[in-house]
Amino acid sequence: MTDRSRIALMLAPALLVLGGLFLTGLGLTLLRSFRYMPALGLTEPDLAAYTAVLTAPGFLRSLGLSLWIATASTAIAALLAMAAALLLRQSFPGRALVSFLIQLNLTVPHIVGAIGMLYLVSQSGSFARLAKAAGLIAGPQDFPALTQDPWAIGIILLYVWKELPFITLILLANLQALGEDHEATARTLGATRWQAFAHVLLPLMLPGLMAASALVFAFAFGAYEVPLILGAHAPKALPVLAWQAANDTDLAARPEAMAMAVLIAGIGLVLLALYARAARSRHVD
Amino acid sequence: MSTSLRTLAALALMAFLILPLLPLAVWSLAQGWRFPDILPAELSTTAWAYALSPQSGVLESFGITTLIATATTLIAALVGLPAGRALGLYRFRGRGLVVLLLLAPAILPGIAVVFGLHGILLRAGLAGTVAGVILAHLVPVLPYMTLVLAAVFSRFDPTYEQQARTLGATPWQAFRTVTLPAILPGLLTAALFSFLVSWSQYLLTLAVGGGRVQTLPLLLYGFAAAGRNDLTAAIALLYILPGLLILALTARQITGRNTALVSGARP
Repeated sequence: MTDRSRIALMLAPALLVLGGLFLTGLGLTLLRSFRYMPALGLTEPDLAAYTAVLTAPGFLRSLGLSLWIATASTAIAALLAMAAALLLRQSFPGRALVSFLIQLNLTVPHIVGAIGMLYLVSQSGSFARLAKAAGLIAGPQDFPALTQDPWAIGIILLYVWKELPFITLILLANLQALGEDHEATARTLGATRWQAFAHVLLPLMLPGLMAASALVFAFAFGAYEVPLILGAHAPKALPVLAWQAANDTDLAARPEAMAMAVLIAGIGLVLLALYARAARSRHVD
Repeated sequence: MSTSLRTLAALALMAFLILPLLPLAVWSLAQGWRFPDILPAELSTTAWAYALSPQSGVLESFGITTLIATATTLIAALVGLPAGRALGLYRFRGRGLVVLLLLAPAILPGIAVVFGLHGILLRAGLAGTVAGVILAHLVPVLPYMTLVLAAVFSRFDPTYEQQARTLGATPWQAFRTVTLPAILPGLLTAALFSFLVSWSQYLLTLAVGGGRVQTLPLLLYGFAAAGRNDLTAAIALLYILPGLLILALTARQITGRNTALVSGARP
């Protein structure tokens, strides 16, 4: 057996599973988004579902909300993670505990974090109770709405809470692989601490940060259960809107759900390209 | 940065990381915890007792979730092992494309694929079954397993296998006595985190299981939506137990330098 056919044989099962489930699943979604559903007598593909989705104000508001959630969550989580990674490279009392908590958080499912965040920051949550005890508010209605709110603050808080540790661990892994030599060399050559960070360490960290941020952005943009628990009734985050349309009793809404899924997949593919570029530039697959 | 500033930053970080988990711990022991009480007037183990009783269905759900995550992990290991080996040990044309196909399910949001996946499994008669949910979970788990194993194999020296073969070992003997022991630590860690990826799935289970496969997150959402905060909190804490256990088993590895492992360790 040649090397080439042996490699093909080794890859075949995995490619079959992913081709059969993932690619076929995407393909089927694409067909249905063009309203091609022979079982329902629809055999003339058209773009009506896309027209309906793109002209509906509800969709654009949901798209805007999901982009806002993903952008804000990613930016805040990335900044804080960078600070946390730099902090964790130094020694300080309690370092072991912080690094344990970061790893613990990585294993907590999003839905658990979302429920915990709800009990913490909702208008009858722990913070509201503390505010009442401190005499800052008279009742729950006086506490700022941080969940089911138009700015999706609770959702963003949850993503920052959940993704900060994820980005921190990736940055720490990268930093560990780099060693401390480059920074020390820069300092020896007369760079200030800030210069050593901005001109040496930051550029070295950037590819890892970009790759991790692309993953976080994709997740915060496309996750369903977090906005389901913490999100407002309207506008809904895009994945919640798409799920609702797919389960609409009106069958005509279903191709629109498929069209939304395809648009979400398109944004996902752009992020995939960004991730692949960032990953290549740090020589990691 | 001065030491006191560093300590302050560390304390803030610690508080942020632990805060959302605290209300869950208190709620699970609360008996009627009304606004504006800062702590429940009465502590009780009622919620825990109910959660652990057969009537609540929590333990049954725990069993189904464990079964699904275990089966998904085993299938992913069997399928991912040869693929990981091919990616880790060989440079070949089309390798980049294969890596891209593996990264796509990890990055594309679940909502983009669930409708089509449900359509396929419906046609196969597997919608609403445990088997269908296991297949659906393979979509995020298999790529993760394969990419981690590719990283493991890239540090494996295949000449040891050739030496074993030269000394008369069959291919199976060479794999069992030479390759497997070398990759075992990586394989086990990948398996534990694959388990966790499947364990945390919500949308795929909801879409493919159609409400008939009640894994823990689905049950958890049901109680949360019904406003049973005490029960929800108890189930939530039961739900994070396997993660804690896996963390205890692997804590050393994930602080290490295996970026591939960390990259995938997200539900």
